[in-house]
Amino acid sequence: MDRSSEPMAIRVRDLVVGFGNHIVLDHLSLDVRRGEILGLVGASGGGKSVLLRTVIGLLPKQAGSIEVLSVDLDRADPQEAHAIGRRWGILFQQGALFSSLTARQNVQFPMRENLHLSDKLLDEVARAKLEMVGLTDDDGDKYPAELSGGMTKRVGLARALALDPEIVFLDEPTSGLDPIAAGAFDALIKTLQQTLGLTVFMVTHDLHSLNAVCDRIAALADGKIVAVGPMATLLASNHPWVKSYFQGERARALTRS
Amino acid sequence: MNLEPGLNSIASAERLEFAAVGSWTSAHSELLERLVDTAALQVANARSIAINMAGVQALDTLGAWLLERLIRSWRERGHDAAFTSLPEHYRGLLEEVRRLNLQARPLRVRSNPVISTLESLGRTTIGFRGNILAFLEMFGALSVALTRVLLRPLGFRLTSAVHHLHRVAWQAIPIVLLITFLIGGIIAQQGFFHFRKFGADAYVVDMVSILMMREIGVLIVAIMVAGRSGSAFTAELGSMKMREEIDALRTMGFDPIEVLILPRILALVCALPILTFFGSMAALYGAGLVAWLYGGMSPEIFVARLREAISVTHFEVGMIKAPFMALVIGVVACSEGLRVKGSAESLGRQTTTSVVKSIFLVIVLDGMFAIFFASIGM
Repeated sequence: MDRSSEPMAIRVRDLVVGFGNHIVLDHLSLDVRRGEILGLVGASGGGKSVLLRTVIGLLPKQAGSIEVLSVDLDRADPQEAHAIGRRWGILFQQGALFSSLTARQNVQFPMRENLHLSDKLLDEVARAKLEMVGLTDDDGDKYPAELSGGMTKRVGLARALALDPEIVFLDEPTSGLDPIAAGAFDALIKTLQQTLGLTVFMVTHDLHSLNAVCDRIAALADGKIVAVGPMATLLASNHPWVKSYFQGERARALTRS
Repeated sequence: MNLEPGLNSIASAERLEFAAVGSWTSAHSELLERLVDTAALQVANARSIAINMAGVQALDTLGAWLLERLIRSWRERGHDAAFTSLPEHYRGLLEEVRRLNLQARPLRVRSNPVISTLESLGRTTIGFRGNILAFLEMFGALSVALTRVLLRPLGFRLTSAVHHLHRVAWQAIPIVLLITFLIGGIIAQQGFFHFRKFGADAYVVDMVSILMMREIGVLIVAIMVAGRSGSAFTAELGSMKMREEIDALRTMGFDPIEVLILPRILALVCALPILTFFGSMAALYGAGLVAWLYGGMSPEIFVARLREAISVTHFEVGMIKAPFMALVIGVVACSEGLRVKGSAESLGRQTTTSVVKSIFLVIVLDGMFAIFFASIGM
């Protein structure tokens, strides 16, 4: 399939976002193709999460346009805006689980609201999703306050994937996971992307993830995308920040192997 | 891409083949579940069953799981079941779901409703003891912290106490003035309306002033403070507890009682008498205004009646109660705040409990004071 002819999953043009006088994103443009895994890197506090939150409509923008799955959220009517909520899944950095529901109920919540499933099937599917992200059925009965950081992330991912969305936004999915779990997480994302044709927009610092699963990487510096492309392009980039990020001690150890 | 899914059977001798077509995605969940449930029973005695996947246009985890469940149910009954003509890009997902839900789910035991009612009654009773203990524990911890601060006054968080005093006293003054003013006026109006029938207009002043000074003034203000500041204390401490801020304080060697709770409760103990004083004055002012405009009693007469009706004792009785009520509100609010668990729901529950409990205790305390003052003749 020739992917370049397809419409973009996410199309950001000339985006400006700021708080007061402080401009965080300065005329930023970025395309995410359907079915690809795009990794977004950038310095801490450099606006990665701001970009993600603006794309999903949580932060207001000052200028520019954003289209997600060919829908411009500014112009969409409420029905369209609601429908888009079924077509994307979001894993927040802290999980953002509903604290008064158990892990299983958290995963079931989007399904219960949007699909008409029997209780039996609802239980089975929720259990399948939990197992897919590496949790056991017993974990499903726990409340978010009783889960460890890594488990919270996994439940968050299971909830993001509950409706088999077309796009998943992952905000630092592997931070706080041990390397084995992070590797399994990456493999899971890759499997889902291949079978479901999932588009993944991932904010990450994990060089392993970037190397192993991302089709393309976008580097955010000074409020702009300074480099975008496969690992090789980023390695060849001349931008000083990109250079120090990908050619630092830790990065070299990975890319050499 | 959004074709209606189907599962068509093509029977032949010993072999049964189903052709899955359309999009097997969560958008068609209801139909899919029905299809799969009927197909599971449709196989009679076919020895081998196959699901031909060539016609499937879209597949997601829900569809894949339903297919996997179908295959499993056939295999359990001794049939030979498998997928055929499986497109390469679905293989990964089907393999993924094959590894899921392998262990049978333990059955949930449903308990007898009578027994569970009794159980919850028992738990509530034991919980009541816990409530009293939590109150006493907070009271004790507060006394210890206060003693420590008295021995080492430099350790007292004056800035924090002043900040809380500003919040619970200064910022509460407008609303307290407004409400007590209105209540004073309403009581006076009712007094004139009913007392006029037997010509006792003049005694309205006695009624309003004694009532407001001794009982209602302090009670109204205490209830407002419990709702306004007590709930805020519970919610603040509760969310600090949820985000482990209190644990962080403790590990740095600070006593959360001394740092967070003592300044709040001391601020409350100072604030309530001040608010009670202003509240009582506003109530008398409201009553005077109503007496003038509605009851036809001139302000000079009202003030003269007031001098005769009340003494400093009445004022003292009201003011003495205020700090004790503040203490009860503060202790309840803070101990409930520290009992918040991890969830948003428990924060809400504890805040409600804090307000309800402190209002209840304030009224009980008022009753006890009434008995006490009556017996010492005040």
